[in-house]
Amino acid sequence: MFNSEQNHWFVRKVIFWRAAASVAWSVLLLPVTTALFAFLSRFSLFHPIQWISESFSLLYGSYVIFSLVLLCGVVLVVGVFNLEYYTVVPSVPCTKIALLGKVLHPQQSVHSLVHSMMGIMVTWCAATMIGGRYWILAAPCSEEEGVTGQKMCLNEYYLFFLLAGAFMGYSYSLLGVVRNMNYVSFQTIQQCKYLRFKGMLPQVVRYSAVQSLYSVRNYCLFYFFFGKDSDCLLLYTKHSSLHRLDTVSGLLDFRLLYHLWLSGTFLLLTWHITLLLFRIFITEAYSFPVQSSFSEDVSQCLPKVLSEKQPLILKFLALQDLFLLSQQSLSRRMEVFSLSQPGGHPHNWNAICKECLSLLSDLSQRLVEYQEVVASNGRARPLSSHSDQRSTSSETLGMSTLIISSLMSLQILSIDIGLKTPSSSPFSSSSVNRFVGNVDPSSPWYGSVQSPHVMRRGPKLWTASTGRLKFAHVKNFLARRVLIMYLFNKLPEASSQALFADSQAHIWALEGLSNLVAASYKEDRFGVVQTMLPSILSTMLLLQEAVDKHFKLPHASSKPVRSTCCLEDSTFKTLRFALRAALKTAMYRITVTFGEHLHSVQMSAEHRKRLQQFMEYKE
Amino acid sequence: MNSLSLFPPPGPDGNITLFESNNELVCGTSLGSRQKQGWEPPSLLFPRESLKPHSRPESSSKAAFLDHRDTLWMRSARAWRDSGLSGLLDEIANCTEEEVPRWLTVGCSWTLALLRWVSSFHGSLFPHLTLSSEDMVAEFSQVLDWSDCAVRAFAWHPHTDKFAVSLLDDSIRIYNSKSATAPTLKHRLQRNVAALQWKPLCASALAVACHNCLLVWHVDPTSLSTRPSSGCAQVLSHPGHCPVTSIAWSPNGSLLLSASPVDTAMMVWDVAGESCVPLQRVGGGGVTFLSWSPDGSRVLASTPSALFRVWETRTWTCERWPCLKGRCQTGCWSPDGTRLLFSVQGEMVIYALTFTDAPGEPHGWSGSSKAAAIVADLSETSFSTSQGQVRVGGQVQTMAWDPRGERLAVLLKGDPEAPDRPAMIAVFKTRISPIFELLPCGFVKGESGAEPRLLQFHPHFPNGALLTVCWSNGRISHVPFFFVSAGGSVLNPGGSPPWPLPQSRAVENGERLLYTEMSS
Repeated sequence: MFNSEQNHWFVRKVIFWRAAASVAWSVLLLPVTTALFAFLSRFSLFHPIQWISESFSLLYGSYVIFSLVLLCGVVLVVGVFNLEYYTVVPSVPCTKIALLGKVLHPQQSVHSLVHSMMGIMVTWCAATMIGGRYWILAAPCSEEEGVTGQKMCLNEYYLFFLLAGAFMGYSYSLLGVVRNMNYVSFQTIQQCKYLRFKGMLPQVVRYSAVQSLYSVRNYCLFYFFFGKDSDCLLLYTKHSSLHRLDTVSGLLDFRLLYHLWLSGTFLLLTWHITLLLFRIFITEAYSFPVQSSFSEDVSQCLPKVLSEKQPLILKFLALQDLFLLSQQSLSRRMEVFSLSQPGGHPHNWNAICKECLSLLSDLSQRLVEYQEVVASNGRARPLSSHSDQRSTSSETLGMSTLIISSLMSLQILSIDIGLKTPSSSPFSSSSVNRFVGNVDPSSPWYGSVQSPHVMRRGPKLWTASTGRLKFAHVKNFLARRVLIMYLFNKLPEASSQALFADSQAHIWALEGLSNLVAASYKEDRFGVVQTMLPSILSTMLLLQEAVDKHFKLPHASSKPVRSTCCLEDSTFKTLRFALRAALKTAMYRITVTFGEHLHSVQMSAEHRKRLQQFMEYKE
Repeated sequence: MNSLSLFPPPGPDGNITLFESNNELVCGTSLGSRQKQGWEPPSLLFPRESLKPHSRPESSSKAAFLDHRDTLWMRSARAWRDSGLSGLLDEIANCTEEEVPRWLTVGCSWTLALLRWVSSFHGSLFPHLTLSSEDMVAEFSQVLDWSDCAVRAFAWHPHTDKFAVSLLDDSIRIYNSKSATAPTLKHRLQRNVAALQWKPLCASALAVACHNCLLVWHVDPTSLSTRPSSGCAQVLSHPGHCPVTSIAWSPNGSLLLSASPVDTAMMVWDVAGESCVPLQRVGGGGVTFLSWSPDGSRVLASTPSALFRVWETRTWTCERWPCLKGRCQTGCWSPDGTRLLFSVQGEMVIYALTFTDAPGEPHGWSGSSKAAAIVADLSETSFSTSQGQVRVGGQVQTMAWDPRGERLAVLLKGDPEAPDRPAMIAVFKTRISPIFELLPCGFVKGESGAEPRLLQFHPHFPNGALLTVCWSNGRISHVPFFFVSAGGSVLNPGGSPPWPLPQSRAVENGERLLYTEMSS
């Protein structure tokens, strides 16, 4: 899927360069973070002069230089992974099993594996720079004097450190999936890159430090319980270890924990900075020409680019550019409203308008279909189209379409169950752990009350969709088991989030379109906008109707838990609210600008009634 | 050059200013002398005595309700949550001997002393940081004598005949021309309301700057409920960003700015997503007042020290404007966004800044002028009226420019000690194109004994301009200015003369220009 995308001119000419620039900046920042790390790793409160002089001598050491080279490599790989895995439309898993599928997906496994390995490399560099007891894997068993031929022991500190790196790398990758770290959201305001980075940096540092603290805690617990197996694995059993670290006293070594935390912070900070820079560079506004006099450049002009389906980032940047030009640039708006030179057709406007309207009506249709699914309690007919639609986006996200589509049926099966389950409170939306706490698997309610319901519903569903009754019975049997129920239960609100996952595009389309229409009141000399006004209004009103209906569904209007940090971008969770607000603003922008003139626009009576509400400021 | 000396003297005592017609302000005793045209906004009265303010100061009564037998851990955790590090240190320092070892108490009290010393040093740099948050709101509010005023904030809806009033008892009432119900908004967090603003291009959203958060109410205009539940309000808060003293919606309704005098960052809120982007600039010690230009291209942000910034909203960069005397108290933009009038605390003048952009393609802030020009001198002038001498003049508390750019109302701070120098509203006639001109119009008087506290223009009054004034006795009155807009003739396709009424009359009356760009 990516190979076809990579040949696109935009990916080759813009995205690659942006990604490269972001990696270059992260590499340039690496010496700074490394120096800071070296300073802090030698920290001693009581010998400040020794501390500073030691740190300086360390900085010039060949180990640090070598580590830097290695770390550059790591950052490069992280950058490549960022580029490969980023998405502008997040995949929102609707059930636990879908989330599990995401985690276990081969692509994700590669991500985790590589990040674990890079974690080991980073902590190896950190251990080398700290030196001392983390120097080497094997150490003489007795510390008194180096007698030749002495028995070598395992330096468990070293092993502990390297495993910590692997653990942190893995947890970075895992949390990345759970928290949708690969999702790239666009800023509401256009700040320059340096200021954005400067504003975010303190938050990223704090976030990395806190995450590292959690990782250290989890890792220590992990090591405490599984530490004995680790040296079995490495066949070091015959050598006795110098210090046992899988004991409480062994782990309560303050200096060790400090170094571990610092290394973890260093690791996460370098990776997070790379990620942050990547996001900042990739979401920078790109200005597409509205029209070109050269035929070879026509494919790079805004009207053409807008209508392309792939790559998604191109579509998003084009819509953002449309939004910006509609708001800020008179001369570019004039180009949009202009007529083609021979012929006098408003090709630019027609193409832009058509694309925006098709986006909006797609969303309306998607919403209506979803409402039908919910209303019919998951009967099969709308299912196929629905799953197809979702899978197009999930394909681009590198999700397991196979798992999803096969599970889709069960999800639908559990829709009505999920909606009626009292435990699926709106507040348990995104946080997995809280949801675990809410569901009471031992409750007898599941078995007794739900099973007849499922029995009644099940065959109907499956005769209609696949006709394989046997399979349905198996599913019914499974559905009664508590664990399966838990895994297949719909996460509340998630389906609503998934529906609006790509709504940033719709918001821009709405804003851009309404701004252009409002500007046309004064700037459109040829009246090209007026011809489209009826269809624009009716599309928006249809969407308004669908959105209003959607917000009447349970869980749709409940607010998600706000994430605490900048890097865990949860913008997609509130996109439906943003879309609703943008839609109203767009409608009002048009009605305020045109006022009474809208009465002469052709439209159905129902729409006119709705529009009247807007004109009286009653929406 | 004293601008006020050219003004016609204020009307006789006991009379109130009713309206402006034929280029002069008409005074009278009752409103009966004018024919009604369309919807008349209600003149409301909120007597100070009927409103009960919150008498509890912050956290003074809290100790009485807390269980003191809690363990140290519980109390420390609560102190940390409520007031951060200093609260925690204070809690530990005040512990008894048997709970904590002696060295810890001593260490904590020392750290606390050090912390206080550092913060007092910080406070000496920025004296406003030593104020309590209520005093801070009073200091930086646009309302004159905010803490004792019955009406604390007022906001007209930008598109329809509807306004919101915030009262001393922390409630907000909404009056609508189309419905008889006047909903009252109350919320647990709605305390010390410093500013209100309706969201543009929206019928229902009202942003409220509160004591420690921002509230965005969604008041359904078709609802008949008189007490919308607090579930209709979105709470937007950011640590360290309180009290909020000023808010500003972008004219296209997409973003909300908020400012707090203790936070050097100005917040750009995406209200639907409840997320914010801090725009941090060190220097100034906070942000006190925000004003978004009507065309949306620039934002004025003043700070508590002698410095203000003008942000441009394409890439959010700012230019710094240091003032000589004091902080920028207030400012207002011309309707086309090219001119900014502002006043500085400690000076009795109005300054103007001009931003000239190439038409269509604003080049950010490259086109602004190098220095601000003085356009009006508001120093003290005495008028002899039938009741004797009246002295008028002083510093500017707040200013408002009507949406057509033809009337400028300036609220002058009086002298609370001198009874013959009350707070006054001076109204100027203004013209923006082709050149900027300022002419005297008159003083707006209220009922006897009532001082103006707050003023705002109606955003779309059809027959001229409508000035809404909140008075110290709790009265909200509306003063219409009837005139034919000079800009209105441009829209007329007929070949009407370019300057129909105001200019010819100005010449007729022998009025003198106070300020014109030509002369400067």
